[in-house]
Amino acid sequence: MQADVQQAPWRFDHFFIPVVLFLGFAAALTEAARSPDAPMVAQGWIFAACMAFTGIWYMWMYAGRTPADETRTYADGVVKAGVIAAMFWGIAGMLVGVIIALQLSFPSLFYLPSEAWTNFGRLRPLHTSAVIFAFGGNVLIATSFYVVQRTCRAHLFGGSLSWFVFWGYNTFIVLAGTGYLLGISEGREYAEPEWYADIWLTIVWVCYLVTFLGTLIKRKEPHIYVANWFYLAFIATIAVLHIVNNLSMPVSLLQTQSYSLFSGVQDALTQWWYGHNAVGFFLTAGFLGIMYYFIPKRAERPVYSYRLSIIHFWSLIFIYIWAGPHHLLYTALPEWAQTLGMTFSIILWMPSWGGMINGLMTLSGAWDKLRTDPVLRMLVVSVAFYGMSTFEGPVMSVKAVNALSHYTNWTVGHVHSGALGWVGYVSFGAIYCLVPWLWKKRLYSNALVEWHFWISTLGIVLYITSMWVAGIMQGLMWRAYNDFGFLEYAFVEVVEAMHPYYIIRAVGGLMYLGGALIMVFNLWKTVRNGVPVAPAASVTPALTAEAA
Amino acid sequence: MNHGWLEKNSIFMLIGIILVIAVGGAVEIAPLFWVNGTVEKIDGMRPYTPLELKGRNIYVREGCYVCHSQQVRTLRDEVERYGHYSLAAESMYDHPFQWGSERTGPDLARVGGKYSDEWHRAHLIDPRSVVPESIMPPYRFLFTKTLDYRDVRQMLTANRMVGVPYSDAQIAAAKEDLEAQADPNSETQDDFRKRYGKAEVRDFDGEPGRITEGDALIAYMQMLGTLVDFKTYRANAPEHRR
Amino acid sequence: MSKKEVDDVSGTETTGHEWDGIKELNTPLPRWWLGILYASIVWAISYWIVYPAWPTLSGYTPGLLNHSQRDEVMSDVAALKSARAGQEQELANSSLTEIQRNPDMLQFAMAAGRAAFGDNCVPCHGAGGQGARGYPNLNDDVWLWGGKLADIQHTITVGVRSAHPGTRQSQMPAFGRDGILKPEQVDDLSEYALKLSGRGADARAVRRAGSLFTENCAACHGADGKGNRSLGAPNLTDNEALYGKTREDIRDQIWNGHGGVMPTWNGRLSAQEIKALAVYVHNLGGGE
Ligand code: HEC
Ligand code: HEC
Ligand code: HEC
Ligand code: HEM
Ligand code: HEM
Ligand SMILES: [Ca+2]
Ligand SMILES: [Ca+2]
Ligand SMILES: [Cu+2]
Repeated sequence: MQADVQQAPWRFDHFFIPVVLFLGFAAALTEAARSPDAPMVAQGWIFAACMAFTGIWYMWMYAGRTPADETRTYADGVVKAGVIAAMFWGIAGMLVGVIIALQLSFPSLFYLPSEAWTNFGRLRPLHTSAVIFAFGGNVLIATSFYVVQRTCRAHLFGGSLSWFVFWGYNTFIVLAGTGYLLGISEGREYAEPEWYADIWLTIVWVCYLVTFLGTLIKRKEPHIYVANWFYLAFIATIAVLHIVNNLSMPVSLLQTQSYSLFSGVQDALTQWWYGHNAVGFFLTAGFLGIMYYFIPKRAERPVYSYRLSIIHFWSLIFIYIWAGPHHLLYTALPEWAQTLGMTFSIILWMPSWGGMINGLMTLSGAWDKLRTDPVLRMLVVSVAFYGMSTFEGPVMSVKAVNALSHYTNWTVGHVHSGALGWVGYVSFGAIYCLVPWLWKKRLYSNALVEWHFWISTLGIVLYITSMWVAGIMQGLMWRAYNDFGFLEYAFVEVVEAMHPYYIIRAVGGLMYLGGALIMVFNLWKTVRNGVPVAPAASVTPALTAEAA
Repeated sequence: MNHGWLEKNSIFMLIGIILVIAVGGAVEIAPLFWVNGTVEKIDGMRPYTPLELKGRNIYVREGCYVCHSQQVRTLRDEVERYGHYSLAAESMYDHPFQWGSERTGPDLARVGGKYSDEWHRAHLIDPRSVVPESIMPPYRFLFTKTLDYRDVRQMLTANRMVGVPYSDAQIAAAKEDLEAQADPNSETQDDFRKRYGKAEVRDFDGEPGRITEGDALIAYMQMLGTLVDFKTYRANAPEHRR
Repeated sequence: MSKKEVDDVSGTETTGHEWDGIKELNTPLPRWWLGILYASIVWAISYWIVYPAWPTLSGYTPGLLNHSQRDEVMSDVAALKSARAGQEQELANSSLTEIQRNPDMLQFAMAAGRAAFGDNCVPCHGAGGQGARGYPNLNDDVWLWGGKLADIQHTITVGVRSAHPGTRQSQMPAFGRDGILKPEQVDDLSEYALKLSGRGADARAVRRAGSLFTENCAACHGADGKGNRSLGAPNLTDNEALYGKTREDIRDQIWNGHGGVMPTWNGRLSAQEIKALAVYVHNLGGGE
């Protein structure tokens, strides 16, 4: 213990966190000991281990062995942890992406018939959750904690609650990921984790909201900065979506499985109301929050238009919610709901582009920096991809287009132009900024950032063009008729035709992963051997970039 | 513009956000529970038998929905390829729905009865042994694992709690019914048939005397799309407009 | 907080706020942006007027067009059917041999048959009808149930060991598994069957099996092993085998008496489709 034996004031988190960890630990052990269900026993042990780890970590923190954030101006330890976790999960998730891409390309090489956990149906949710929720989620937690403190000039609210959010969230990720491999799934895209993991996430997420909102309330700036509007909308809306979409009835409290509260058509729309807005609020609103801080900061230019911020923020969040039915066009969903989904998706185009305009036009007067600063270039290209996928999305929502595109790899192409181009690049850009700022070191190599940028850009191009071609080809082949008015192709003929495109996609994905590995190396070198910079310089990004 | 006021009040900003995002979901989802015809009234739908329900759980567990849709859209080529477009009523007992969003493999909404049990077994064990062009994963482990159905009664109960009309008798006899369906020689045949009508009774996985996960999954596959008789269903009847 | 100032580059005023060094310009909304936003709203409203769109307390607004995508697909399918109607009618009214002889109709039937074959039969019988173990080759001259047009049509309609009440039925006993014969006898019979198909076999075993064959197998496969189509019993003297040609495969069949299921297509496919399929299969190469 340190010499200063100053009495710590009683604080909510000092009571709340140990209690939650203890209850979680006890519940987990009960499951492990009592459940008749082998996967649940495994999950019980995993969860108990996470609780125990977090508990020990807390004891160390209170004992002064690990950084107790609450004593500093800004809580940056948790931001650092978030950045590390994001890079770890990002690599893992993309690696699984490459593996499943290879499985579809070479089914006789990459499937292990007797190893249930390696089958595509289990690995694919592992990929989607790892990249969206583990990578994306940690990026969002880390950047939101960083940004909200800077733009509020306030330390994070809730003392160590932010650390609980970090560990709790990553516990959820571990539960979800190991669960998929064990064959635990709710069977609903992007919401596969089962009831107990959902309950845990709800607790963590409320703490996240409390931390974030509390910091906003504590702020010393009179106004709330636009980035925080987006972060707040993201956190609040995801809470609503998550709770409603995961309402379900467990088979028993000792079993993993549950049955969703709604069935059939109501379940379908609830799920895609959730699924679409996971895109809208997790992958869009949250990352727009990142854009609104890191682009003006890095470019050292004012945000293009305050008025556009207001209009596009409110219209975006209002309209996004309506667009879910575009995932259910021509299905058994009543037609009126399909109409609403389609029309609101079209209206959504401009609110989305409002963000793009504000991001890109912030560069006016600083375009030349794109030549010298690859990090800024990555951020800007991400906004361009954002613009592209939010143009493509409304197009795909038009019923006539969706008739062709739905069920095909066009959707997968669209997803990855958003995921690799927008979500991936804006995250990489932000992390390239954050690591030197947080660790107060100069970035190890700008040249490596250039390599990263070009390799992965080529990877994205290969990925999305192959999927567009393949998707449109699939759609056209499925509906092709011969001269006599009969279907021209059998389904398996279409499967065969996909082969070369699957391979190109795998190559593209491999390049994207390669780029990310270069980044990890670069960041590692920065942290380990980087040249320290004075605090003043470390927050002036242009200096660091140019100096390197 | 009075936005400055919101920018200074985090709590009102939060409330504003929640109000704004609540509208769309409420207007779109809630009416699905009351607007007439959303779920068509048709004959033939019945809850899954215990064995089929177990099979469906495996379908969900293995994530078949990531490659297979179970939803024939109202488009000409789909109706020609897969059969009558899907009705909302056909998934009224599906918790969760499994309509899917990708067709890496073909639609399965009406696959029941299309192939033989042996074909399904061979195909699941090694898809490329029967369809050389296939890219579907092999599921050999389904046929080595005996089905664990200790909890099947609880499963039916949980389904009833979310609205599936299982009777007390069906719940009480869930275990016996599961065994009866997988064994054509069992003594409880008649009771099973009384409770589930025309549900098919067979040894589905070609291993009599043992109920594997494969039995359950194939039983589920073989009933998909077989409940509604589309010869008598009048698609353009006014009560079916929606 | 700082006060409003004018940005040098754009000449636009800032809002006067600053967060961690970030300022905001007070640029007005881009006109084109606002224009497209309004246009999309106007378009959406017009769409709501003509199509079903808004839920009400008991129903929904049906729209001026009273549109229904279910009606639409039904009429699309009907239109396609009526475009094919002339030829389809002809197909329905003609006998299989007439179809076979009339080049136009044959072409039409082949097109229809190919389409139906691809999505229904290929998974078992292979993309070229070449079959697989347990699933007969449809493009050779070897037929279990007959290779005439009418035979094929009947097989497709009722299936084999299927759920159809009139299904074709045949069941080879499981001589070994059910203990009808002793293992050595099964071994001998395997040699005998090998010999029948014209391949090398152990002569002594073949001699031993002669009477066994007459007693146990001839009833179905014939004394000469040439098979019996009315029973669905395959010819054992040709070089084609449903369950494999090796000694092990043959032994396995005598031991276990496999018999696969060919589903009935009655109901799933229309009568015309089945007719077209019969013609298509017949023309794959092996039709009689
Ligand atoms: C990687 C994607 C993939 C996954 C996962 C997958 N399948 Fe398939 N499936 C396919 C493809 C491709 C085909 C078409 C080729 C073939 O028949 O094998 C297919 C065909 C089928 C068919 C034949 C459908 C027809 O009408 O011809 C059935 C039945 C089937 N799959 C069931 C399943 C089940 C059950 C699961 C999960 C346990 C599953 N599939 C998982 C890709 C997949
Ligand atoms: C589930 C697998 C399966 C499917 C699908 C299938 N068949 Fe078959 N088919 C079989 C089997 C098994 C046999 C052999 C039955 C026997 O052992 O007698 C067979 C036999 C036949 C025969 C008789 C061959 C002979 O030698 O007499 C014809 C003709 C035939 N099938 C045509 C078709 C057509 C046309 C389709 C598609 C509409 C089709 N089959 C779909 C499994 C299938
Ligand atoms: C009750 C009738 C019946 C009897 C008796 C019978 N078989 Fe068969 N056999 C069949 C049928 C039917 C098949 C084809 C099964 C099918 O269609 O899938 C068959 C198939 C075979 C085959 C496989 C042919 C191939 O193409 O792969 C062999 C070999 C064979 N029998 C040998 C024998 C021998 C040896 C005996 C006497 C011990 C015998 N059978 C007795 C009905 C019979
Ligand atoms: C204006 C904005 C957007 C609209 C209107 C839109 C529209 C669509 C449409 C129509 C589909 C296909 C649905 C189907 O046919 O199954 C889709 C799928 C998808 N989009 Fe977008 N999109 C938009 C932006 C984005 C962005 C920015 C991302 C970010 C990554 C994204 C991620 C996805 C994902 C993950 C799916 C796949 C969902 C599934 O699993 O089926 N979208 N989107
Ligand atoms: C190395 C990079 C990547 C590779 C190789 C890759 C590969 C894949 C593959 C093969 C699929 C399955 C497609 C199918 O079923 O046909 C997939 C799905 C998906 N991936 Fe990725 N991926 C990568 C990165 C990412 C990233 C960074 C994200 C998100 C931030 C992402 C989000 C998704 C989503 C949302 C889906 C589901 C799409 C849908 O359901 O339509 N991926 N990916
Ligand atoms: Ca999907
Ligand atoms: Ca069995
Ligand atoms: Cu969407």
